[in-house]
Order: sequence, then structure tokens, then C-alpha cells
Amino acid sequence: GGMAAVALVLLLLLAAAGPVWARPDVLREELLLSPLPAGDVAATFQFRTRWDADLQRGAVSHYRLFPKALGRLVAALGIRELHLALTQGFWRTRTWGQPPLQAPAGAELWVWFQPTVTDVDKAWKELSNILSGIFCASLNFIDSTNTVTPTASFKPLGLGNGTDHHLLRYAVLPREVVCTENLTPWKKLLPCGSKAGLAVLLKAERLFHSSYHSQAVHIRPICRDASCLAVSWELRQTLTVVFDSFASGQGKKDWSLFRMFSRTLTDACPLASQSKVYVDISPKNKEKELLEVTPPPASLYEAVVQGEKRTYAVYDLLSPLLFNTSRSLNVQLKWTRPQDSSELPTPVLHAHRYVSGYGLQTGEISTLIYNTHPYRAFPVILLETVPWYLRLYVHTLTIITKGKENKPSYIHYQPAQDRRRPHLLEMLIQLPANSVTKITIQFERALLKWTEYPPDPNHGFYVGSSVLSALVPSIIAMKEVDMEQSPLFTSLFPSSDGSSYFVRLYTEPLLVNLPTPDFSMPYNVICLTCTVVAVCYGSFYNLLTRTFHVEEPSRGGLAKRLANIIRKLRGVPPL
Amino acid sequence: VVEGLALLDLGVSPYAGAVFHETPLVIYLFHFLIDYAEMVFMITDVLTAVALYLAIQDFNKVVFKKQKLLIELDKYAPDVAELIQTPKEMHYTPLKVALFYLLNPYTVMSCVAKSTCAINNTVIAFFILATIKGSAFLSAVFLALATYQSLYPLTLFAPALLYLLQRQFIPVKLKSKGFWLYTMQYAALYLCSLVVIICLSFFLLNSWDFIPAVYGFILSVPDLTPNIGLFWYFFAEMFEHFSLFFVCVFQINVFFYTIPLAIKLKEHPVFFLFVQIAVISIFKSYPTVGDIALYMAFLPVWSHLYR
Repeated sequence: GGMAAVALVLLLLLAAAGPVWARPDVLREELLLSPLPAGDVAATFQFRTRWDADLQRGAVSHYRLFPKALGRLVAALGIRELHLALTQGFWRTRTWGQPPLQAPAGAELWVWFQPTVTDVDKAWKELSNILSGIFCASLNFIDSTNTVTPTASFKPLGLGNGTDHHLLRYAVLPREVVCTENLTPWKKLLPCGSKAGLAVLLKAERLFHSSYHSQAVHIRPICRDASCLAVSWELRQTLTVVFDSFASGQGKKDWSLFRMFSRTLTDACPLASQSKVYVDISPKNKEKELLEVTPPPASLYEAVVQGEKRTYAVYDLLSPLLFNTSRSLNVQLKWTRPQDSSELPTPVLHAHRYVSGYGLQTGEISTLIYNTHPYRAFPVILLETVPWYLRLYVHTLTIITKGKENKPSYIHYQPAQDRRRPHLLEMLIQLPANSVTKITIQFERALLKWTEYPPDPNHGFYVGSSVLSALVPSIIAMKEVDMEQSPLFTSLFPSSDGSSYFVRLYTEPLLVNLPTPDFSMPYNVICLTCTVVAVCYGSFYNLLTRTFHVEEPSRGGLAKRLANIIRKLRGVPPL
Repeated sequence: VVEGLALLDLGVSPYAGAVFHETPLVIYLFHFLIDYAEMVFMITDVLTAVALYLAIQDFNKVVFKKQKLLIELDKYAPDVAELIQTPKEMHYTPLKVALFYLLNPYTVMSCVAKSTCAINNTVIAFFILATIKGSAFLSAVFLALATYQSLYPLTLFAPALLYLLQRQFIPVKLKSKGFWLYTMQYAALYLCSLVVIICLSFFLLNSWDFIPAVYGFILSVPDLTPNIGLFWYFFAEMFEHFSLFFVCVFQINVFFYTIPLAIKLKEHPVFFLFVQIAVISIFKSYPTVGDIALYMAFLPVWSHLYR
């Protein structure tokens, strides 16, 4: 009795000394293979680490699965949410369909800070510098000339209300190139590294031989359980890659893990509590299955994703049955019949942006937004960030839908200041059903100082992608899904009701030429300008200070008399 | 200006961006007149021509009187006969001035382009008219308005002062009390009207944003769009380290000709005015062809000096 009581007391004491113990953290890894129209295949990796610790309060010193670099960053700079994406290529929404998670070309970073942060700009600058060190990317080029504070587009994806948008910062660097040196530190953040589990497939020489490569890091606070009394932190690392059937081999459209990644899966990450491979085998036209998957999957999973009913073949790497027959898993996808181009589904919302105009003085940016839903209209928020050297004229902004003018219900426009901040244009536009909306705005190109041009000025200047955020109505009603168990794409964006799903699309980045001065002429230009000033000044000085004296004609000295004699001999008049 | 009005409609201050650099009074004026913009610019050009006509008419009367007096006093040398103006020439000079301004292709160009330079020219023309008619108050008010629009007409203070002193027959001597008294009066009138206009602009838009956007812009030359002036290409190719120094040099260059010219041309203040307007339109930071049109209009007044 006494011993039991002492044991109980000891247990209670140990339980109260909770902070000393490591908080539980959970790793889930998933790979989704989805075949795209035209024979390409997209592979999306997602590694979710969930840590039941409060990074903000109290110093946490024991890191297990959650990477220490990011944990300390979040705690030190007072970050509430961080989203960083490095992308190479462009997701062609019209041919490939709606992406699970899209990112704009280049580098994109958006962060919500905690309300306790007093100087958000300073924290932002420190953050971009630290992240550029962690990911070996030139994120230190993020400064006030490409950072904006959107008011409506980027609401927090984790816990917390997003009322004070002064705590939000968004920047995009369209000129960033993603390569192996960005992939390596990203892989190092994974608990198993690239040695076990799904990360074994991430080999740079295959991943960058693709049409689209996007790697992202998302950190956000989430509810620990249904009652939401405590906060857990979720780190989500996603990598999306699209393999082109033409680029990677002889036009044959059969895919396998070995063909895509030149590796096969041998085991699951020992630290992961869930490790699954999903293959999208949804029949496209409801008659017959399009795809044949070998080895045959252990189970099928059906879900309504992005408004469509989809079927997935599931391979659970943690189940012992999987590696019974062979030591490695090489999922093969074979097309059972050739694809017709008539089956290409058009996504409900897609957009296209381009620059028009001639010459180097003015131009026009046009954005076309397509709503292909047959009967539902929905609003979309468009966010455009244009650098300061393209001076937008907001009185030329026109929005035309079906031939008539469409007035946006909310406009937030912050004009640019030279060399200090870019233009920010946010609009809420209602898209009628089955329509095309054209948004045009004219701009004027500025002449920069010669030191502000990059080393290759005639390449042009990049304008970052514009962001379209919309709640797209889905054709099939979606039911509430459990955030933890559902596969990747539904749990990042919470949906409030089952009738619509959230989509964030990015348009193409633009490449615009600016007028360039003649770089070989600084000395000549300075001389020319100074000559004009000197001529004017000299004339004025002469006119103002010259006085006239009457000069008496003098007989002159000896030299003059001698010269006069010689002149008389020549017959020329004397001096 | 249209952009500034659009920004105002959106609820954003027009000076928040870097596109709009006009003064608040111009916004206020065009808020009502934007639909009749072409008529407004035509009327301003006509007003400028009429003001110049009346001014030169008055000026010529004064010159003629002085010339007659000097002929009677036999002050002219005999071989100057072809430089003396005949009454017939002087009769047509104001008309020539007005026509020079109206028919100048530069004036037509700036009217078609609806450039606000036309408004600047009108204000300066009214200032010249007020000065030549001898009204110190109106002259100070129009000069304050012209300085408020673009900073450089500040230098026209000296020729106006000299002309008014000449008209009041106060000799320009540094030790004379009458000279300083009149100068102080004129300066006080000018500064007070300037302060009133600036405060009025503040109350129109409820902020002091317009001061860095208008005057800071003129003085620090951040925008390098090509124009007919000297500044843009120079600063496009200038090292950052020296740009502040050269901005100061270039701006001093505009203001600096006033004092030597005042000393040299104190008996000919209207000619001084003309030369000063020419200096401003060549050396200002963002010149336009409308500025050239204004000083070219004065050439017939001294056409008798050209053989």
C-alpha cells in the first residue's frame, strides 16, 4: 500500500516534470503518382512532421524529428506560419489539370509573424537571410523592393485569426533558379535524410530532368486534437515533379518508379509512423480503367478531391505483406488503351497572363481568367505584384467579362515608390459561369541608373506571377475529412463546407525589356552635358564681366617696325 | 493628372506612388474640369497670349517715353539711329509677341499634349503683366503661385523687384533705406502668399505628402525618363557616390545666374526677366517644350537690336 502510494507519487512527479521529457512527434510520408493527360506523370512527395510542443513558449532544447534549424528559427523570430517554395518550370493548368499545390516560378516566401513581434520588417530581413543560408538559395535578395503586404489573398493556413495583415509579408523572386544545391539542404531536413523511406527516390539527376520541379517547406501551428486546447507544430515538406514523356525516353508512355527516379523503394523510414504510396487510377470517362498498375495494390482508397471523385491504389510500405514477394517495390503504370485528346479535362479555373505593346516606352499587362464551370459563378481574388520600374497607370485598369465591364467589389491598390517598394494590386472579381474575364492595365517603362541594371540587361526583367485565390464550387459534394489521415492535398487548405474547395493558382511570370542607356558612354555623356553647361556659363561670364577699353593706336616696338618694313616690301598693308 | 484623380477616387493618396507630381491645386482644378480638358488648355493659351500682349503694350509705352526723353536730351550717339525704335514698329510689337506665342509649334504641341506646362506659362504671363502694370500685390501673388507650381520661378523675384523699384523711381543702392523698405514689403507679400497657398494645399488633401512629392522630386531628380533637359542622361550614367554632389551642382547652376545678371542688368529689368526665363527653361530639371515657347515669345520686343 505504502509502496504503491510512493510509486504513484513518483509517477505524478515525473509526469509533472513533463517538459524534461521529449514531446511526442510523428512523421508521415506519402508519395502520390498521378498520370497527367498527354502521357506525363506527376509525382508529389509529402513529408509531414507533427510535433506536440509549443515552440513559442519556453525554450525547447530537445529536437528529435523536427529539424533544429527550423525550430530555432520559428522560436527566435516569432514566426507563426512560414511557407517557402522553390520552383523551376511552370505548371500548365490547362493541360495538366488543377495542381495539388502550386507554386510560382522562382522562389516564393510568405510568412505570418506573431503579434508579439514589434519590428516586422527587421524580422523579415533576418528571416530571409537565415533561410538563404539554410537552403543555399539567394533569398537574401528579398528586400523592400520586392516585398508586399497583401490584405486579402494570403490568409493563415494554420491556427489563429488573420485580422492584422501588417504581420504578413509576401515576396517572390521570379529569377531564382532551383538546382541540386537547393535540393540537398532540403533533403537534410528530413528525419531519415535520403537514406530510407520515400526520400530514397529523390536523386537530383532525375529530378531536375523534368518539366516542373517544385520543393516547398510549410510550417504552421495546428490543433493538437479535436478540442483544440493546445497547439502542435506541423512541418510539411512537399516536392512535386512532373516527368515529361518526350524528354525522358523515346516517347514510350509507360512509367515505373525505376524509370522516373532510377531507384526503387526498399523499405519505409523507420522513424515514420505512416509511409504510403498512392497511385491515381481514377477512370477518366467512367467506362473503363485507363491505367494498369503492377504489382497489384493491397487496397484502394476513394476520395473526392478538388471536386472530383478519385480512386487511388495504396501501397503501404509499413505493412509486412508488401515486401514478401520481392525485396524492392517498383510500381509500374501501364496505359491500357491510348488516350484520346477529347478526354482532356479542363479545370474549372485557370488563367493566363501576357505582356503586349510595342517599343520600349509603354506596354500593357493582360490577364485572362477562365471559369469553365457550366452554371456556377464564384469570386476570385487576384494579387499582382509589379516591380517599381514598370509604372502602372491605374486609371487604365479595365476588367471586361463577356464584352461588358465588370467592376471589382474590392480593390486595394498601393502604388510603387521608386526604388523602395513595388506595386500591389488586389482585386476581388466575380467570375460569371462559363466566361472569360480579361484584365488589362497599362504601364510605362522607366530608365534606370546604369548601376541598377543586372549584368545581362537585354535579357529583360522578370515580373513575378500573379496569385489567384478562389473557393471553387465542386461538382460533387465533398464530406469533411479527417485532417490527419487524409492524403496530402486536402489537408493543407481547410475547407469550410463540402461544396467548394480552395484553390490557389499562379500565372506565368513575365519577361519585360527595359530601355537601356549606352553602357559604354559614361565619360562621353558627362563630357557632353558639362560642355553644354560650360558653354552657357562661359558666355554668361563673358557678357557679364567683359568691359571695353578704347585702345590708342601705338607706333609699336622694334619688332613691329621691322615687320612693317617687310610688309611694305611685299606690298601688303602695314600692321 | 488623370492618374492622380483615379488614385484619389480609389481612396489612395495621389502622392503615395511615384507617378503623380503635380500640386494639389492642379488636382482640385481638374477635378471639376477634367471633362473639358481640351477647352481648358486652349483657354489657358489664349489667356497667356492676351496677358503677354497687354504687358508688352504697357512696356513699350514706357520704353518709348524713355527713348523720346533720351533723344531730346541728345544722349544717343549719331550712328545709333538704326537701333532706335520707330513708333510704327513699336505699335506692332505687342501683336507680334502674342502671335509668336500662339503660333509657335511648341505651344501647339503642348496644347495638344495637354501638358500642365501651359498652366505654368499662364501664371508666369499674368505675373509679368502684373509687374509691368506696377501692382506689387498681384505680382507677388502670381509669383507665389508660379513658385508653388514649379520651384524655379523663385529666381524671377529679382527682376520683378528691380522693375517695380524702377517704376517707383527708387534708386537701387545698398545703403538706401527706401530700397530696403520696398524690398522688405515685396518679399513679405510674396512669402505670405506662398505660405497661404501651401497651407491651402495642405487642407485640400489633409497631408503634407505633396511637399516631398512635388518639391523633393524637382530638387532630387529621381525619375530619369528621357526629356529635353540635361539631367537625365547625366544621372543615368553617374556613379552613385557622386550623384548627390552633382544634383546640388546642377540645381545651384539654375539659381546662380540671378545675382550677376541682377548686378549687370539693373537698368533693364524686363530684359533680365527674359534672360532669367530662358535660363530656367534650359537648366531646369524637367523641362518641356512649353517652357521654350514662353521665352521665344519675347524675342520681338528686342528685335530692333538685331541688324
